Amino acid sequence: MKVVVNFDLCESNAVCMGIAPEVFEVRDDDFLYVLQEEPAEELRGKVEEAARRCPKQAITVED
Amino acid sequence: MPPIVVVGASLAGLSAVDAVRSGGHDGDVVVLEAAAALPSDRPPLSKQVLAGTMEPSAAHQPLAGRLDELAVDLRLGLRVDHVDVAGLRLDLSDGSSLSASGLVVATGASPRTLPGPPLAGVHVVRTLDDSLALRRDLDAGPDRVAVIGAGFIGAEVAATCRGLGLEVTLIEAAPAPMVRVLPEAVGAFVADLHRAHGVDVRLGVGVEGLVADGDRVRGVALADGTTVDASVVVVGIGVAPDVAWLEGSGVPVGNGVTCDETCLAAPGVVAAGDVAEWFNPHFGERMRVEQWEHAIEHGAAAGRRLLAGDGPGEPFGSVPWFWSDQYDRKLQLAGRPAATDEVHVLEGSLEEQRFVAAFRRGERCTGVLGVNRPRHVVQARMRLTESLDWAPIEELLS
Ligand SMILES: Cc1cc2nc3c(=O)[nH]c(=O)nc-3n(C[C@H](O)[C@H](O)[C@H](O)COP(=O)(O)OP(=O)(O)OC[C@H]3O[C@@H](n4cnc5c(N)ncnc54)[C@H](O)[C@@H]3O)c2cc1C
Ligand code: SF4
Repeated sequence: MKVVVNFDLCESNAVCMGIAPEVFEVRDDDFLYVLQEEPAEELRGKVEEAARRCPKQAITVED
Repeated sequence: MPPIVVVGASLAGLSAVDAVRSGGHDGDVVVLEAAAALPSDRPPLSKQVLAGTMEPSAAHQPLAGRLDELAVDLRLGLRVDHVDVAGLRLDLSDGSSLSASGLVVATGASPRTLPGPPLAGVHVVRTLDDSLALRRDLDAGPDRVAVIGAGFIGAEVAATCRGLGLEVTLIEAAPAPMVRVLPEAVGAFVADLHRAHGVDVRLGVGVEGLVADGDRVRGVALADGTTVDASVVVVGIGVAPDVAWLEGSGVPVGNGVTCDETCLAAPGVVAAGDVAEWFNPHFGERMRVEQWEHAIEHGAAAGRRLLAGDGPGEPFGSVPWFWSDQYDRKLQLAGRPAATDEVHVLEGSLEEQRFVAAFRRGERCTGVLGVNRPRHVVQARMRLTESLDWAPIEELLS
């Protein structure tokens, strides 16, 4: 599983971080950092949930 | 078996469909929507779409691309006029009727308007068409735009109009902006933010009425005897839940549809989103929340409740969360503060326009507001989801 964020869309509202803090982190500079681009399979549920909930639909999960 | 019928094809309705499908329901699902097209995503309508920085076609709802996969029988341009809860029979605007095995009420809310005849130049912002019509009037270069109501939509429209270089007067009857969602001290911050960006902010003054020139608006008459001259007026005085069609249905209605803690309003009938008031067990309060993410979560919970049938269902406890973009500031609120809650600025300062404020009532934290502090708000929300105790929030943010 590969996590791709479209940073042109992302508005750093940190919704994804609320759902999957292991993978997404919004830092003090207000930018989103993807901590693991290829997270372990057991995080799939959370990552897909984050992709669904992102208000900007900026996250895609590739298999 | 008759279909599950969802009324309203917006966030709450479609999210309920998603939940009944992932819950294993493979029977028919009919979604009835009064609008002629699938409703757009609404947040950009007062922000990027109005500003002209987002194509209207890009403002689509999260589930818009998955309707086929969800096997939704979507019927656009059809309004439900009446329903009878006893037999779950719906009367539709084309004269036909439809039986349901379960009903999801997700009809949202509509903007309140001012009394008086319709006037050119007066706008509300709820739908894509509303936003585009306002934008056309803004393109004509009005001398001044008057925004009535400094709730979050009014405040965003004011900010967007300033961004377009227009003169703006923001009129609010309450002593501070956004008083329905924020304690007054932080509302005052919002007023200052707008003043700093050149908005003429009038607080604590009511509106007498609109001043017309023929069938066009020319200004707003205020209760203090003054008039604000403006050829474009945006009315942002809140919304009313769309429940007229439920009159005489047997579905209980008060402040919106009245639901229990599991989103159930009557046997076989659930409600979610802007239209629904429910008992939020996490706060121990009844609430009706008009927020984007809430509509999604609430819709999903309502869908699951419907599948639970005659069983007890799961309580839906939540810490609501919303954001509002004004100028280059991003306001985010987790929780549900009351106007009278204490305000504690735990990080940053109002002067820097970058801070985290937590709201306190006794030993409880009722909410956290961040201005350009998304990480803090999200972390506080996670804490609040565990418990509303004040001490851990203070520790987290200090
Ligand atoms: C301009 C604007 C900006 C916003 N910005 C933000 C933001 O920044 N952050 C945030 O958290 N929230 C924001 N919101 C709020 C958020 O968009 C709403 O809370 C959300 O749309 C509610 O979804 P819903 O599905 O409950 O109802 P709605 O989106 O109101 O949809 C209800 C649907 O039901 C249909 N309907 C009504 N009656 C009938 C009937 N009798 N028969 C058939 N269909 C019917 C309507 O046509 C409508 O399409 C904003 C809202 C607006 C208007
Ligand atoms: S939820 Fe979406 S918009 Fe928000 S920070 Fe994550 S990727 Fe960006």
